[in-house]
Amino acid sequence: MSLDKATVAKVANLARIKVEEKDLDHLAAELNNILGWVEQLGEVDTDNVEPMTSVADMQLRWRKDEITDGGYADDVIANAPGREDGFFAVPKVIE
Amino acid sequence: MTDLTKLTISAALDGMAAGDFSARELTAAHITAMEAANVLNAFITKTPEIAVEAATASDSRRAKGETRKIDGIPLAIKDLFCTKDVLTTAASHILDGFVPKYESTVSSNLWASGAVMLGKTNLDEFAMGSSNETSYYGEVINPWRREGSDSPLVPGGSSGGSASAVASFSAMAAIGTDTGGSIRQPASFTGIVGMKPTYGRCSRWGVVAFASSLDQAGPMTRTVRDAAIMLEAMAGFDPKDSTSVDMPVPDFEAALSGDIRGLKVGIPAEYRLDGMSPEVQALWDQGIDWMKAAGAEIIDISLPHTKYALPAYYIIAPAEASSNLARYDGVRFGLRVEGDDLDDMYARTRAEGFGAEVQRRLLIGTYALSAGYYDAYYLKAQKVRSRIADDFKQAYQKVDVILTPTAPSPAFGFGEKGDDPLAMYLNDVFTGPASLAGLPGISVPAGLSSDGLPLGLQLLGKPFDEETVFRAAGVLENAAAFTATPNDWWRG
Repeated sequence: MSLDKATVAKVANLARIKVEEKDLDHLAAELNNILGWVEQLGEVDTDNVEPMTSVADMQLRWRKDEITDGGYADDVIANAPGREDGFFAVPKVIE
Repeated sequence: MTDLTKLTISAALDGMAAGDFSARELTAAHITAMEAANVLNAFITKTPEIAVEAATASDSRRAKGETRKIDGIPLAIKDLFCTKDVLTTAASHILDGFVPKYESTVSSNLWASGAVMLGKTNLDEFAMGSSNETSYYGEVINPWRREGSDSPLVPGGSSGGSASAVASFSAMAAIGTDTGGSIRQPASFTGIVGMKPTYGRCSRWGVVAFASSLDQAGPMTRTVRDAAIMLEAMAGFDPKDSTSVDMPVPDFEAALSGDIRGLKVGIPAEYRLDGMSPEVQALWDQGIDWMKAAGAEIIDISLPHTKYALPAYYIIAPAEASSNLARYDGVRFGLRVEGDDLDDMYARTRAEGFGAEVQRRLLIGTYALSAGYYDAYYLKAQKVRSRIADDFKQAYQKVDVILTPTAPSPAFGFGEKGDDPLAMYLNDVFTGPASLAGLPGISVPAGLSSDGLPLGLQLLGKPFDEETVFRAAGVLENAAAFTATPNDWWRG
């Protein structure tokens, strides 16, 4: 599999990173270099192998469904670049 | 008076207990050393006022007989741990001005044990790198230089600032994080001890996330004993981290019996790489002899999927990063670059806020998780990861610990790895596999290269058997008797 410019542009859009048209070729080459190296994973026989989803053999814990935290909206938004009346402020989304 | 910065943690604790010096004196000596080492750029933020205040509180606890485990010990904190009311950057432009309103569990544990914060250390941006060259706050310099040379060298990464701070005697110890080798490789490059515990041993809560199934905090110190003391203070169950393991924290220091008679030490054939530095090979052979002389049984083992660890890592870690770093959107914290609309604001903020290496990994990760490619890349990598973990499981039926080099080379110069990211990724060739398997590992300084640079050996253990890793590391440390220190050129 090899990434072309259009695919890199699409992936950049999915990742929400603005990439200039002039940088696409260079990026595609870099990413193809890495993906080419990763291709060797295809040599490993993984038939009937479960993907590893947990590092330790453990069950995720259950907890009581109760409120244990909260009540400090000012702290939550304290680091926001835009905030108004206790809310995060973003550019207008709905016309 | 002796130079307080040259003490180990255990000696400093004894000295304060005996009344030879106070926590304030110990901290003051380190603040002076930290300021004198500015040229190393090990710290992004220094917190001398907080340090003096904490040291004063420590002295008054001691006067009242309420001394805690590591009371008065001045530490450096990797700037990936959120610290309440203190700037936390992850060495990224995108976290400009971020001042957390909460404290990470690991650092909270340290403060509860009496430790003193000197400052926040530099790192590769979002811990993505092996040389500390990707930090938005500039490169960290290794206190070590090649014999007869003034050229600056990298400290390794990503915990390069923590490594440089400890190796330059600016801090008694530091905490780092290790995702694929980010504690152990810089420890090897700077002649110090670096310990990555078992995944789940230290809470990830409040640590800026890179790859959640791999990230693990650990200590960086000048001795194995100090690493044991530090880990005990850092570790412990935390309900706020769903992968934190609910197990008692052993007395790690007590594990340092100095006796490894009968211990089975595995030597993996696959770690003998073509083209590996002969010096690294020779040191490894020396390490095998040391263990044998101490009464250990050396057993050849095979970890057949070793060569696939890095390619698997460079799918899994970027995939998890692409998900974790989605939160940096210019809305909740840090940098915002205005755009034509909301989407444009996201894209411009992230383009300006993330450096080149982070962007590269986010694109790889996004691609590996995208529709149509998920099975071919991400799922495949997770299956290969299972096989790598299984290699270790098989090996640990025959051996107690595994001995390997930590890194394929000593510290290198800035820009020496050129523009090829793959050349940089190979730094983690010996540390990455154990990260994928979640195993504990330690790097112990064991010798010098022909041009006078430190080299480390790595010991890996069974899950949650840090005690055996520490015990073997203590013996390795004694045998290596590594006492070299960098000449303190940075003091100017």
